[in-house]
Amino acid sequence: MSTSPPGLTAVPTTGGPGHERTEGSRPASGRRDERWWRRAPYLIVLGLASVVFTYPFVWLISASLKPRTEVFDNALIPHTLRLENFADVWDYAPVLTWVGNSAVVGLAAATTVTISSALVAFGFAYFRFPGRNVLFGLVLATMMLPQAVTMIPVYLIWNKLGLTGTQVPLWAQNIFGSAFYIFLLRQFFLGLPRELFEAARVDGSSFFGLFWRIALPLARPALAIVFVFEIQASWNDLIRPLIYLQETSLFTVPRGLKAVIDTFGNGGEQHWEIVMAASLIATLPMIIIFAVAQRHIIEGIATQGRKG
Amino acid sequence: MAVTTANVATRKLLPGGARPTRNWREIRAAYGFISLWIIGFLVFTLGPMIASLVLSFTDYNAIDAPEGVGLANYRELVTDPKVAKSLGNTLIYAVLYVPSSMVVALLLAMVLNRVGRASGFFRTVFYLPVMTPTVAVGALFLLLLNGQEGLLNRTLRLIGITGPNWTTDTNWVKPGLVITMLWSLGGTVVIYLAALRQVPKDLYEAAEMDGANAWTKFRKVTVPMISGALFFTLIVQTISALQMFDQAYTMFFGAQQNSTYSNEAALFYVIYLFQQAFRFLHMGYASALAWLLFLIILIITAVQVRVSRRFVYYEGEKD
Repeated sequence: MSTSPPGLTAVPTTGGPGHERTEGSRPASGRRDERWWRRAPYLIVLGLASVVFTYPFVWLISASLKPRTEVFDNALIPHTLRLENFADVWDYAPVLTWVGNSAVVGLAAATTVTISSALVAFGFAYFRFPGRNVLFGLVLATMMLPQAVTMIPVYLIWNKLGLTGTQVPLWAQNIFGSAFYIFLLRQFFLGLPRELFEAARVDGSSFFGLFWRIALPLARPALAIVFVFEIQASWNDLIRPLIYLQETSLFTVPRGLKAVIDTFGNGGEQHWEIVMAASLIATLPMIIIFAVAQRHIIEGIATQGRKG
Repeated sequence: MAVTTANVATRKLLPGGARPTRNWREIRAAYGFISLWIIGFLVFTLGPMIASLVLSFTDYNAIDAPEGVGLANYRELVTDPKVAKSLGNTLIYAVLYVPSSMVVALLLAMVLNRVGRASGFFRTVFYLPVMTPTVAVGALFLLLLNGQEGLLNRTLRLIGITGPNWTTDTNWVKPGLVITMLWSLGGTVVIYLAALRQVPKDLYEAAEMDGANAWTKFRKVTVPMISGALFFTLIVQTISALQMFDQAYTMFFGAQQNSTYSNEAALFYVIYLFQQAFRFLHMGYASALAWLLFLIILIITAVQVRVSRRFVYYEGEKD
């Protein structure tokens, strides 16, 4: 993102991230019929594409409810319903613990990164100070850096602190903010009218007061985007748990699911119905989050392309 | 670019003057706000970068003190067949995945852009797979792509095609991974749709009046007007494709220390680096691997920026 040349500004920026675009201009009612006609083929294409995109989900749900021998029969409705798969997962693997671990780590990661990124973003948005552009350029530049470059020394730091083998390294770096979120929130803060802050200054507010009482409450939609993105990122994180966690009881969902795949899937016992049941359990919380925060998520993604 | 946007937008929040403030209280406060990031940058980015560079010239197993070996690690990069193998795998995958994901996502977005309000529903459908955890995606597609019984090959059989062994045939593992990853392209669709909605309708009307057909309108209006979004996704997707890990590792490598389950055809660069660092504890060598990756990413991105510069349309600039 940091490399984006000036060209990207071609995409006009409209409002802050909270800004909802209306879905195209509605045609005058007289032209509706004609419009419907023209839309039909597109709707058919989309319908077919939707089947392709949805089918793997349906397959996943269905396979998780089948007995071992029928997983691959590709019947949409299982011939024999086997809810015990879920009980089996519970028996063989502490899935509930993993979900709990991921929830704790995710909340810690998202809370810290939202607050810290907001603080830093406000610093870059409100003040104009010597070194600002260079430092902000550095923020953007760090987005280019592959995780692999810092991975080993960062491991050595946590190792020195005696924190490898704990969940701390999975989220603690977030205390210092994250470049992409700093960028996103700064864009949002820049969209706020200066007069709000001037007025508060006249009333004797401290700089921190400006941030805490004015900027933060107004930035709630943007903060929600950051929070949800980080929850999802944390829920997906595989490489760090692979590096830092050895004890099964400390595993997060992706690490645990990987262990289930290794035990019951390829190179293991080929109990794919259990792997599918575990995968479904791993997925459901994210689907729930999507159901709740869909607007924020879509908005956040769309904003990336417009402003990135 | 962000800087450019920022400068335009600064008129809103920042005071008009072009010169930075000389008010020490403000400067102190500003650095107070960004201090967290500065500390994090020094401790978790700059420090580790320097450490990694130093380590890349040593032999280090995380237990004994590092031992300087000069350029040996870098010489080994050249001779190690697995570096060539994993780098080749990664580049092939990126070349297959990035363009196909952009084309499919753009097609879907363009169709979505034609259906008015209904697009909200379909957008949700296309985005749902993005919410699926990467490890779960890997597990699921391992089964869907199964050579004998998988859904994909069964479907292909219906129309008389015998599908390949996507998960075992070394020639088809990477295309199989591309299919896996294409399932999660909803994010790109959302970005393109947002960009398409910003294209002024009168441009199309003007083009129509000049007698442009659909293809001409696409080439002369749509593509230039959304070139910013296309460029953004090109860069981001390439960088992330070059760092492919989750799905490939989930599908083709065992995580236990003594696991023998692995598939050379899916040995991507970051997987090899990860194994070298944390399985074999060759941390010096792995650091050299990391710097080579960084260099490759920088070069590829620089080339993309340079080439794209000619094609990306700047609003408000003379044509």
